[in-house]
Amino acid sequence: MFVKAKRLSALTLSPVLTLMAMLNAGAAKASSVNMPPGVTTVGQTIYGLHMTILWICVIVGLVVFGVMFYSIYHHRKSRGVTASTFHESTKVEIAWTLVPFLILIVVAVPATTTLLDVYDFEDAELDVLITGYQWKWKYEYLDEEGENVQFFSNLRTPQSEIYNTESKGEHYLLEVDEPLVIPVDTKVRFLVTANDVIHAWWVPELAVKKDAIPGFINETWTKANEVGVYRGQCAELCGKDHGFMPIVVNVVSKDEYAEWIGSKQAEAAEIKKLMAQNFSLDELMERGKGVYDRSCAACHGANGEGGLGNAIAKSPIATGPLDGHLEVGINGVPGTAMQAFGGQLNDVDMAAVITYQRNAFGNNMGDLVQPIDVFNHKKG
Amino acid sequence: MGAHHHGPAKGLSRWLFATNHKDIGTMYLWFSFSMFILGGSFAMVIRAELFQPGMQLVDPLFFNQMTTLHGLIMVFGAIMPSFVGLANWMIPMMIGAPDMALPRMNNWSFWILPPTFLLLASTLFMEGGGPAFGWTFYAPLSTTYAAPSVTFFIFGIHMAGLSSIMGSINIIATVMNMRAPGMTYMKMPMFVWTWLITAFLLVAVMPVLAGAVTMMLMDIHFGTSFFSAAGGGDPVLFQHIFWFFGHPEVYIIILPAFGVVSQIIPAFSRKPLFGYDSMVYATASIALLSFLVWAHHMYTVGMPVAGELFFMYATMLIAVPTGVKVFNWVTTMWRGSMTFETPMLFAIGFLILFTIGGFTGLMLSIAPADFQYHDSYFVVAHFHYVMVAGALFSMTAAVYYWLPKWCGRMYNETMGKTHFWISFISFNVAFFPQHFVGLAGMPRRIPDYALQFADFNMMSSIGAFVYGLSQLLWGYNVISTIVAGKPISDEKVWEGAEGLEWTVATPAPFHTFETPPQVK
Ligand code: HEC
Ligand code: HEM
Ligand SMILES: [Cu+2]
Ligand SMILES: [Cu+2]
Repeated sequence: MFVKAKRLSALTLSPVLTLMAMLNAGAAKASSVNMPPGVTTVGQTIYGLHMTILWICVIVGLVVFGVMFYSIYHHRKSRGVTASTFHESTKVEIAWTLVPFLILIVVAVPATTTLLDVYDFEDAELDVLITGYQWKWKYEYLDEEGENVQFFSNLRTPQSEIYNTESKGEHYLLEVDEPLVIPVDTKVRFLVTANDVIHAWWVPELAVKKDAIPGFINETWTKANEVGVYRGQCAELCGKDHGFMPIVVNVVSKDEYAEWIGSKQAEAAEIKKLMAQNFSLDELMERGKGVYDRSCAACHGANGEGGLGNAIAKSPIATGPLDGHLEVGINGVPGTAMQAFGGQLNDVDMAAVITYQRNAFGNNMGDLVQPIDVFNHKKG
Repeated sequence: MGAHHHGPAKGLSRWLFATNHKDIGTMYLWFSFSMFILGGSFAMVIRAELFQPGMQLVDPLFFNQMTTLHGLIMVFGAIMPSFVGLANWMIPMMIGAPDMALPRMNNWSFWILPPTFLLLASTLFMEGGGPAFGWTFYAPLSTTYAAPSVTFFIFGIHMAGLSSIMGSINIIATVMNMRAPGMTYMKMPMFVWTWLITAFLLVAVMPVLAGAVTMMLMDIHFGTSFFSAAGGGDPVLFQHIFWFFGHPEVYIIILPAFGVVSQIIPAFSRKPLFGYDSMVYATASIALLSFLVWAHHMYTVGMPVAGELFFMYATMLIAVPTGVKVFNWVTTMWRGSMTFETPMLFAIGFLILFTIGGFTGLMLSIAPADFQYHDSYFVVAHFHYVMVAGALFSMTAAVYYWLPKWCGRMYNETMGKTHFWISFISFNVAFFPQHFVGLAGMPRRIPDYALQFADFNMMSSIGAFVYGLSQLLWGYNVISTIVAGKPISDEKVWEGAEGLEWTVATPAPFHTFETPPQVK
């Protein structure tokens, strides 16, 4: 009987042990079965907390299920046992109220300190404003050295991969056109908000998840201690393309960061200069093609033939009055997939892409749009 | 209707004008089974789309409508009405009452439901599609950004809530006033106790839900800004209101299930329930605590740290009475004389899997860890362990346990056991891997996912298909029992079953306890 009981417990134990082995093996690198410990001290503490509570549950579970299976095996009618009639014991009841309570207190202590840690926003060395949009993220660097640096970060996976006409790349759905770049070993404070509905900014390896709520600004922070590329996704249902607004964070060395932010700033300054400039048709067409291919072709087709959006070739809007065309480009068509690009493209790019649409694909309108026209249209 | 009627009315009017608790219970049960099939078929669409990475079958917006309607229909259309149906059938028979206290209201609270859910399902065919904002319908996705059909959704929630409130008032009135002489509160069967407490929870929180959807309605149509920061409101306010309803709601779902298991485990252990008093107190304290933990669903919204701590401690505390219940069930089995007919198998399945769901609940209660778990598939796994393997397994056990009493025929035991084993295994194949993908970083409510989640998702889909199909076996078993099962006539169908419901004839006659029994 004893042997049988042992065999029985081995039977129930083995899947649990395999599972634990799997979890532990996975822990070393980014695992596909367990929480990643990640590259921040907080994240590693959270991981420790997670493993502690998991083990407590496993042990309690083994005891409870062990007793239960023992009973199922031995106390069955087919073995000729008669039921005893006991049905009360105040002592036992008090014991199994108190013991779990004490265990919980033991867990509550580290949970509290970790939580206080997560809530310590002091002494951040860099501030980044994160804004959730349907369905992309915008990053703005708020301190002096990053002044004017802001950009949108869009899903880069092509529709052809999503709709299975092309094989899927390694980082399918977890790749963006322009990742967030932050320096290593630096406490970065994120101010998180949203422009339309609620989103949530989640990067497991940085142990950050914070809701992005329109009209409110949430705080959170991270301090990555390893250079690398970390990927995450929006975690709060935000409408149709909630599954398609990934996050990529590029943690780089401090030098590399200084270089990158410098070049971004130069770029921003350049755009500022360009805003005041007048361009020739050729210049606008060249720039416009680039913008079109990046931002519009996915819906309007590489040759303006249409797709998810209507055709641009011979489109009544693109071959109609300039003002109407600017209006659609800048403010979008509410209630359709045609979003407002006014906040996403700078005035130079907007001028270029509108000019391009009016003069490419056989739309030979011959007119051209300057950045100042876009600026004036936005002002109303 | 005269004072002298002995049997049911004929034809359709028997059902349309039903006031008999058994007839109404039967209608509730069939209604919820049909909703279970409908909501289940939406789940099959979800799992089919998630079978492989890439978009294959539906577009993302339709996918969101499927997850939303799946959740709404399962919670409000399948699980809740099924337990109300069970309450209708069993509570009068368990407390020795001739019927429910308010039989006409009983009719009304049932008949509201079919049109309500017809309306809700019909939103799928409306312009802009049905609700696509999740069963938790967070504003402003469900207000400013919702399809026009949201107005019908709001109306539907109001109607479902009305039905629940009337149902619970009826249960409260019945239990408080119609107990047989000698049936003191502390002699009531656990199922009656858990339902009494559940009914109070329902009466307390359904109006809160009604308030939330009314505020949505005002925001959408009458220019208010309860949930819009642009007008001075707050989207997070919505979540507080929703979860003040929502967390008690999860106990509304599970407490009657606790009650069922507390009937079945003693019956097949041939031994009285261990710690009856502490079971009652544990249930009551779970119910009270459930009003104090709502914001554990909102750890990431940016609450002040004091709030986080309060809700974390309160939530951890709920694990204590929950633990007491589990220990009591196991101890009831201890040194019993057990047999393992289908109801017992499902009750044991419940016990194991609900405990696992409780463990993950405990993990989720740890706020800093929840920053990683929240809104991931880990949460999806958690609540399916408590809602499917908890509430639904318990409901399944209840049907097998009382069906012979209801219709005087025995179900096919082999088929029942087969149903259990397929359900138990496929449920775990479907939902256990979701813990892994959730921990590894897969968010919930997404129609497509990164490649590293592919294997577990495929496994999960296969498990879900098998689970879904195997429920048809259940339906088949029940129907074939009703039309052609082996007739039985023993009052006490199960050797170890205790309680007044086993003292009436089998099948239970249309009217029972017209003169109240004396309880010693
Ligand atoms: C996500 C898909 C999508 C993207 C990306 C997109 N559009 Fe559109 N666009 C649409 C849709 C859909 C319409 C049709 C709107 C309607 O129903 O009126 C449209 C309409 C238009 C029209 C009016 C065409 C007509 O004849 O009605 C113009 C002009 C236009 N888009 C410009 C742009 C520009 C410029 C870009 C890039 C900066 C762009 N679109 C990117 C989806 C898109
Ligand atoms: C030991 C008892 C339990 C504890 C401590 C617990 C804890 C939690 C916590 C903290 C969450 C929030 C997770 C998150 O979103 O990050 C959660 C979610 C959930 N729980 Fe539980 N839970 C318990 C039992 C139950 C029961 C009995 C049910 C229902 C029968 C249930 C149903 C749910 C549901 C539906 C959700 C997800 C809600 C959503 O976001 O859609 N839980 N639980
Ligand atoms: Cu989202
Ligand atoms: Cu809860």
